[in-house]
Amino acid sequence: MTTRLVEVQQLKKWFPVKGGVFAKTVASVKAVDEVSFFIDQGETLSLVGESGSGKTTAGRTMLKLLRPTSGKIIYKGKDITNLTPNQMRPLRRNMQIMFQDPYGSLNPRMPVGDIIQEPLDVHGIGTRKERKQAVATMMETVGLRPEYEKRYPHEFSGGQRQRIGVARALIINPELLVLDEPISALDVSIQSQIINLLQELQQRLSLTYLFIAHDLAVVRHMSDRVAVMYLGKIVETADNDELFDHPLHPYTQALLSAVPVPDPDVKRERIILQGDVPSPVNPPSGCHFRTRCPYAMPICKDQEPLVIEVAPGHTVACHLLTQK
Amino acid sequence: MTEKAVEARKKGQRKSSDDYTYVGMVFHRLTRHKLAMFGAFMLIVILLFVFVGPLVWRADPNEQIEGLEGMFNVPSPAHPLGTDDYGRDVLARMFFGGRISLFIGFISAISSTIVGAVVGLVAGYYGGWADDLLMRFTDAMLSIPTFPLLIALASVMGKGIGQIILVIVIFGWMVDARLVRGLVLSLKEQEYIEAAHAIGASANRIMWRHLFPNTLAVLIVSTTIGIGGAIIYEASISFLGFGVQAPFASWGNMLQNAQQFIWNSPRLIIYPGLAIFMTVLGFNFFGDGLRDAIDPKLKL
Repeated sequence: MTTRLVEVQQLKKWFPVKGGVFAKTVASVKAVDEVSFFIDQGETLSLVGESGSGKTTAGRTMLKLLRPTSGKIIYKGKDITNLTPNQMRPLRRNMQIMFQDPYGSLNPRMPVGDIIQEPLDVHGIGTRKERKQAVATMMETVGLRPEYEKRYPHEFSGGQRQRIGVARALIINPELLVLDEPISALDVSIQSQIINLLQELQQRLSLTYLFIAHDLAVVRHMSDRVAVMYLGKIVETADNDELFDHPLHPYTQALLSAVPVPDPDVKRERIILQGDVPSPVNPPSGCHFRTRCPYAMPICKDQEPLVIEVAPGHTVACHLLTQK
Repeated sequence: MTEKAVEARKKGQRKSSDDYTYVGMVFHRLTRHKLAMFGAFMLIVILLFVFVGPLVWRADPNEQIEGLEGMFNVPSPAHPLGTDDYGRDVLARMFFGGRISLFIGFISAISSTIVGAVVGLVAGYYGGWADDLLMRFTDAMLSIPTFPLLIALASVMGKGIGQIILVIVIFGWMVDARLVRGLVLSLKEQEYIEAAHAIGASANRIMWRHLFPNTLAVLIVSTTIGIGGAIIYEASISFLGFGVQAPFASWGNMLQNAQQFIWNSPRLIIYPGLAIFMTVLGFNFFGDGLRDAIDPKLKL
């Protein structure tokens, strides 16, 4: 029996666009627009989508690093949507994040030992000596030499810095770790090291991951379930194999057809999408994808497609499935 | 990781973290900056003059030689820089006046930087109405014609070293506040600040442990240049007679005292004037060099 760790319901995050003389809100960037998903204990849910689809915003809003515009975030059955930063503090021990940018995510003026130790300081865990010990152990766990604790971030490579990021996130034993494109800034050879480290740690510490990525090969390797985002909405959610083998939404199909297959004999039909992603300030009416969808129908313009469950755990939001 | 692997790694260890620090890098770059080294040289000369000089030349700066023959003496072995209108030894007054001028310069520049940093940090970090309030206040302070008010304030608060420092700080923190606020606005969008939020760090912690250390390099530069400015301020206030009061010497009030005798004894105005000029120039050169040295994008 799996337990539900987090559930996000109808989550919205709109960023105001200020303009005019008195800085009135003239429009909103609808970065995340009524998104719902859940993550069970111990599993990896991947959030995929192209740049600007809102996947990073969704992850950060779920952690309350951004204030949700509306919707609900339920963590272990408890509604945390409207908690103040002070009320959130104890919960931060359980949910951590690892960032995309190995350069921007570490304070350049802090030795890495202090960076890794800071969560313990903030939450007042252990004595000074115990904290030092925990830092050394954690550095060893993520494959860094504990003697490096006095060095500054600029003395490390990108891959090592991501290990520091992992160490900082894991030192307070969180249950949930949001991985915000943890490998997209790294070399391919280093990517696999970090992926292996993350998988090993997940096993060992029974972690739950929200994996935000755009590299579909890695997503397939890492995830239990996958949710595909387009322009602020989740268009399809399914188990890993189900999604890769039977994609139903036209956008998912197009996305998957772009994944290279390492076999020159395989003739693939690639679906090339026309045009650019529309602006999230003023998304198309009805289905957000209709402007680029090869199967667009009149109804797509008038009505937003409902999310329907086509198979257990496989949900799609597309009119094609209801309009046959 | 196995024990063996750890051992193997330890053997190949190079000790670099201690001998290649940020401070070490800045120092190294600074030594290659010619103008900064020239400034540093001037400052060392001044500091030696002011602090070591009195140990060599033990004359009382306030002792007056009675009688007309003691006044306006030209330089001689008894008085290397001559005597002033009260028959006091000018060299000794230069030493002690320099100490007071430098002391006021240091303390007021550091204090204005601290005040400015706090205002800038709070305004930049919190944003919103706190930012509006603090920055409009800063703008207002900047648009006050400093000098008349400085004199008015100095005369209201009384005359003394503490009061001069306070006056200089009151009118000196605004530039630092703007500088820090601007820096904080860009720094707080960095991912490591978001990471600090994610681990639940408090606002105070983020401001002082994360943002402040990242503004420190710029603040050190600004303080260094600020010392020169503060010395000028002190000299100006003292020159107008509202600063350091007789019998205590400062370079500023030595200038003031000497202006009436500019035709008879121009050297009385040249010594303190030259000293102020060299000190301020030294701090400015050194500060400029420091700014270049902490900027990693500039090749030196």
